[in-house]
Amino acid sequence: MTLPSLTLVAQAVLSGVFVGALYGLLGLGLSLSWGLLRQINLSHFALAFLGAYLTYQLASVGGIDPLLTLLVIAPCFFAIGAAIYWLLARFAVTPLNSLLVTFGLTVIVESLIQWLWTADFRKLESHYGNVTWRAGSLYLPLPELLTLGIAVALCTAAWAVLRYSDLGKALRAAAEDAPIAAAFGVNERALAMLLSGACAALAAAAGLGLALSHTLTPSQIYAWIGVVFAAVMIGGLGSALGPLVAGIVIGVSEAVTMALTAPSWAPLVSFSLLIIVLLVRPGKIAA
Amino acid sequence: MKRVVGALLAGAVALAAIPYLHVAAFYESFLYLVFLWVVLATSWNILSGYSGYVSFGHGAFFGVGVYTTAALAAKFDWPFLATLPVAALNAALLGVALGAIVFRVKQVRAELFALLTLAVTFIVATIILNTPIDGGPGLYLSAVPVPKLGPSAASSFFFLGLVAAAFAILVAYGIYVSKLGSGLFAIHDDEDAAEVLGVPTYRYKLIALAISCALAGVAGGIQALFVSYVTVAETFSITVPLTVVLMSVLGGTRHWAGPALGAAIITTLTYASTAGDYVLAGKASVGLILIVFVLFRPEGLLGGRARRHPPVAPARSQIEVSARAAAATAAWNAATSGSRIAPGDSSGSTLLAVRSLSKAFRGVQALDGVDLAVRRGEILGLLGPNGSGKSTFINVVSGHYRADGGSITFDGQSIAHLDAHRIARTGIARTYQIPRPFAHRSVLENAVLPAMFGAAALDRRSAKREALRWLEFTGLADRAEALPAALNLHQRKFLELARALASRPRLLLLDEVLSGLTSSEIDSAVQLIWRIREQGTTIVLVEHVMRVVVALADRIVVLDQGRVIAEGRPGEVMAHPAVIVAYLGSKGDAAG
Repeated sequence: MTLPSLTLVAQAVLSGVFVGALYGLLGLGLSLSWGLLRQINLSHFALAFLGAYLTYQLASVGGIDPLLTLLVIAPCFFAIGAAIYWLLARFAVTPLNSLLVTFGLTVIVESLIQWLWTADFRKLESHYGNVTWRAGSLYLPLPELLTLGIAVALCTAAWAVLRYSDLGKALRAAAEDAPIAAAFGVNERALAMLLSGACAALAAAAGLGLALSHTLTPSQIYAWIGVVFAAVMIGGLGSALGPLVAGIVIGVSEAVTMALTAPSWAPLVSFSLLIIVLLVRPGKIAA
Repeated sequence: MKRVVGALLAGAVALAAIPYLHVAAFYESFLYLVFLWVVLATSWNILSGYSGYVSFGHGAFFGVGVYTTAALAAKFDWPFLATLPVAALNAALLGVALGAIVFRVKQVRAELFALLTLAVTFIVATIILNTPIDGGPGLYLSAVPVPKLGPSAASSFFFLGLVAAAFAILVAYGIYVSKLGSGLFAIHDDEDAAEVLGVPTYRYKLIALAISCALAGVAGGIQALFVSYVTVAETFSITVPLTVVLMSVLGGTRHWAGPALGAAIITTLTYASTAGDYVLAGKASVGLILIVFVLFRPEGLLGGRARRHPPVAPARSQIEVSARAAAATAAWNAATSGSRIAPGDSSGSTLLAVRSLSKAFRGVQALDGVDLAVRRGEILGLLGPNGSGKSTFINVVSGHYRADGGSITFDGQSIAHLDAHRIARTGIARTYQIPRPFAHRSVLENAVLPAMFGAAALDRRSAKREALRWLEFTGLADRAEALPAALNLHQRKFLELARALASRPRLLLLDEVLSGLTSSEIDSAVQLIWRIREQGTTIVLVEHVMRVVVALADRIVVLDQGRVIAEGRPGEVMAHPAVIVAYLGSKGDAAG
């Protein structure tokens, strides 16, 4: 076996960072709703794809700048997210059953996407798509850079809000012990709807990232679930920065694995990492 | 029970006539698919429905079966039928290897177990894809001869599926009515409590997983030949794990026939929709059905049956009740006369000896070199302020936690290293401060379980008699068919007692049985504890209600910060300076 060149490895690391950022961005909303609301929202992936298709539609047919489509999509998704929380809370659904309900939702959204846009591949053509910068011998495509920027900005913002604002403190208190938090004047239900809405809006942002740099087809919804769940669980439930860091670690290890062996070995990395974390440090996740 | 088995076999034989009725091959293939999903959903339910360990890894076990048969038949020219046992074995081996690791980690339950098994699916798929087992292009089985089992090739698959489905349902039913099934359902409701009552939880989960995997492996082997071209992407897709969950939830995971019913309905629905022009609408409606069912009927179509209770016998007259209670007491006297010891005999020999027992939690020394002895036939009161280590003591002796150091000897046998269910079988039973009944089992079933799994180790019929006896003893006989949720706190505390007693323990550890009760309820509980001891059961009583402990206990041990600070007769101990300091603070504190 010949050793690949340093440039190749460096480019692999870079592309791992890019795809890892998308893992983190997809995982952010999932992690927050799982960790703080005890709802495992599988439909997060379906919403992200719905967002990606809407971005594609508005940008390629409506001629709107892809970044600006978020202004329309995110508020609509906020309402959807709040409604999902309301539904699950109304029936006091357990975390495991929330997985089943939102799977049903995922199948419905997938059918909807396939009905509206067919199962054909769709690729967003925008003026960002053709721009690639060079740093030395490395290529930096603009769409990936945009996704990385959005992921870092949103994860950091979510982290800061949770850590420093009164809103964030109330959210964490309600997650820890809802009745006690309520006794101290925290309006748990309103906060939870707000958070669930925000998570769905984050799915819209992840959808933008998907649309910018990936080809879309309805069945791809399921392709992301395994890896992103791995990133969320390795990063820690309810954590805002954890999924991003874990996502980038996974992305880079996958990319390096692909560069050194065959692309088809990549899934082994993330899932082995996940299993090791689950078995060695379950307390960190189960908390 | 014989009726159910007979009905199942009769149904299978009746179905076996179909290929000879000259129906279109189309119907045979459709029914084959129904059978396939019946096997997959039913096998999934044996672990996940019964024990509550929801697995998303069924695709991995199914896939191992697919590839075992495909590789052996296509590459090594094995006859197809000979590959099926190997397919079952390989799938079971994967399951046991996985379970042997995962079931040891207590926190990996519920959704974490589900996702971990899903991850295993992707790993197995990656390995098969990248090794010569598949290598990428997939395997063709078109040259593998289909065994001739009926008038046509389609009917061969029909029969293979029929036999596998009938077998899977019989296995599921057999487990459902067996001791294994009782144990698995107890694990579902409260695994820690089940283990403490004597259920070998680790072994049972492993057995259930192995059976579940083996059946999935057989289904995979048959399906490999049916599709005749297998690929990693198709085999290990997310379809299998999610569909079996969907089918089982629809039919009811707490009933042996639930998954089979769900499989028949869903397969028919999807088949009808893919055959027609409304593929997408069909798919979406499957999603909608899942949502509606989880929200409005989480117990599934057949769930109501598991919940419904036999009609409660008409209320007996008070005289009859007390006569029965008297008879029960007499029966108990007869049953336990062998170990009977005179009340208050505090000179009895040592039953439980604990030496320098220690247990720390993240630096907090909950037990710090505790030495104490419990004598045969006594009531030992264990007192101490909050956080003094009383509950930890019970948790360590009953095996819920393993001690960091020290020895525990029960009746001459060292038990410090034993699993909780083994300790239960040596004759130690405990109650929980906050009652932990099995929520989905009737009051009677709650008491039957420890009689089967505990020290008494009775068969189901005798266990039922034993359980009824203790329900009468605790005054719960009228509520035997109710669910624990229908009991008030007082009754649930008594159910804890009945459950512990039904295992016929020699040592009973009572963790604050009186807390939260009204004073008249406390009085009746005290009467009950007296009566338990009168029969010769040794009791360790952890309690906050001081007056009760002083009245009940022969001896008292006081713990503070994980150490024994005083020991002796109630009067002496309560006057002990160290005890007063522990409860009220030191004189210096008060003066200064």
